[in-house]
Amino acid sequence: MKEDMWKIMSMNYVGIDIGSTASKVVVRGKNDIRFVLPTGWSSKETTIKIKERLLEAGVDVASEDTRVVATGYGRVAVDFADKVITEITCHARGGRELAGGDCTIIDVGGQDTKVIQVNQGVVTDFLMNDKCSAGTGKFLEIMANRLGITLNELFELAKTGESIPISSLCTVFAESEIISYIGEGRAREDIAAGVIDSVVAKVAQLAQRQKSAEKIILTGGLSHSDYFASKLSEKMGKNVMPTELGRFAGALGAAYLAEEKRR
Amino acid sequence: MELIKDLPEVFEEFAEQRQNSFLNVKKLKEQGIPVVGVYCTYFPQEIAMAMGAATIGLCSTSDETIPDAEKDLPKNLCPLIKSSYGFAKTDKCPFFYFSDVVVGETTCDGKKKMYEYMAEFKPVHIMELPNSQSPEALELWKKEIIKFKEFLEEKFEVEITEEKIREAIKVNNNVRRSLKKFYKVMANDPVPMYGHNLFKVLYGSTFKFNRAAIPAEVDAVVEKIMAEYEVEKKIEKKPRILVTGCPIGGATEKVIRAIEDNGGVVVTYENCSGAKSIDQLVDEDNPDVYDALARRYLNIGCSVMTPNPNRLELLGRLIDEYKVDGVVEVVLQACHTYNVESFGIRRFVNEKKGIPYIAVETDYSQADIGQLNTRLTAFIEML
Ligand code: SF4
Ligand code: SF4
Repeated sequence: MKEDMWKIMSMNYVGIDIGSTASKVVVRGKNDIRFVLPTGWSSKETTIKIKERLLEAGVDVASEDTRVVATGYGRVAVDFADKVITEITCHARGGRELAGGDCTIIDVGGQDTKVIQVNQGVVTDFLMNDKCSAGTGKFLEIMANRLGITLNELFELAKTGESIPISSLCTVFAESEIISYIGEGRAREDIAAGVIDSVVAKVAQLAQRQKSAEKIILTGGLSHSDYFASKLSEKMGKNVMPTELGRFAGALGAAYLAEEKRR
Repeated sequence: MELIKDLPEVFEEFAEQRQNSFLNVKKLKEQGIPVVGVYCTYFPQEIAMAMGAATIGLCSTSDETIPDAEKDLPKNLCPLIKSSYGFAKTDKCPFFYFSDVVVGETTCDGKKKMYEYMAEFKPVHIMELPNSQSPEALELWKKEIIKFKEFLEEKFEVEITEEKIREAIKVNNNVRRSLKKFYKVMANDPVPMYGHNLFKVLYGSTFKFNRAAIPAEVDAVVEKIMAEYEVEKKIEKKPRILVTGCPIGGATEKVIRAIEDNGGVVVTYENCSGAKSIDQLVDEDNPDVYDALARRYLNIGCSVMTPNPNRLELLGRLIDEYKVDGVVEVVLQACHTYNVESFGIRRFVNEKKGIPYIAVETDYSQADIGQLNTRLTAFIEML
């Protein structure tokens, strides 16, 4: 037992989540580190950067005392990983920590959206939308670009707007809809609110295809947004909790699994 | 019969059977043997066999001719239909080319409408398959089988006797018995072979023209597999997967690969590439051969039937017999019947059988391999 404790304290468990837009890293054990960096166009280069940043912080991924689990869509690029685990399993593990137990995880990512059911500590079901960018972070990014604002500004604007309906389910068509709204001189606030509503509707639709747990948490890039969480709660008629560290859910889970999967 | 070859070689031979039959079909034609091209598991093969014809599956499995098909057919249509039509129209499929007649059934909407166009450049005989399994439906299907027999008799100027049909039934039942014995080896845990090899044999055997020779050959394979298994269990225990849904083969074998490359093993196929087309025998004691055939074929549990209780019956039985840990359903893009039925299958698998279920929608392209890998790996991780 004592030896076990000593072991954990002397080890570093590293979780690396290479997402489509951002890469997240969490270290547990001897060190306690957390950082994000943009994935850029090459997961390979991002991986090298991560390795360097970890080394600066005193974590040598090549050392015997370090266990690395890689996840996310670029997970195979992490050639120094001891184990590769899908984002579903890692998110579920990390989400469990964030929610403090069983939960439903709604993860709105840069390229995909997933809904994961965690029951008695394990994944019992999941759904993924990774074929279509509507209902993902990508959609928001494209629309913010169209409006000439940042993502944060989009959220800020939306709060004061009166949502106008965006009926297209497809990102490309939705974009032309927005262009015509801009052309008509509609208020940006209203368009922004419409954009977010459209994503909320898509995400809610996906989530409602399965029976949710008592506790529903939001993870991914939008997880800290109270506004998004409250809109989603409204749409689903259930309380969806924002999480401060939600964007780290996958990396956090990977870091836990780095420890657990060896035993 | 004793097998001299090694198992991997045997499996490869089955895998290449379709290609090899391209040449064989030409030889058959030269010998004056009629060739009947077919698309569906509902096709009562014994009738064609009874007149000494070779039957050959025409369902296409590659996306090569889809752009050609899309000149006539909508984009948003099942790839099996588009690809089959494309191969037919461009004359790129030797089986189609050498078929004297093509038989289609009124199964799903897309297929039956496609046959209307196919009939413009090939003799197509359509059998009216009812969409339920009621007594009235049985009566209609029996009539359709008799009509098909008469059609062949007239077209090829032959007589198809009941005696011959009975013989064909016996031959085919023996094929089914041997294939069942073959796939049954997967009930062992750990498995004696991978699911992709199981698939090769099942798929390859449908392209063997000499049906009567199949049992001896397959029995020998079974013996060899089990003899080697007794000596050494080469594959460790892995999550056991049942594959159900739309027919697979060719391009869609990517699903099998995604399962077996990522830690699982396919222990049984419920779909048309497996148990669905093999499980039930034709009643050899029924004095009315047409009734026996009609019952056997109409009872197939495909999602084109409404309601479709036999699919659940077979699924449930396979899940138990093969100690299945998880069910993977393959839905071809735009296949409404399987897609709609997927909700009910999930409910049955989750609630009645208490195991996880996942449906993956795919087509004949290789563009979604990454997504398939992630989904199926995550599914296997949760088992
Ligand atoms: S899935 Fe149904 S319609 Fe398609 S070949 Fe099989 S039995 Fe026929
Ligand atoms: S897979 Fe579905 S849509 Fe395609 S031919 Fe078969 S039943 Fe029809």
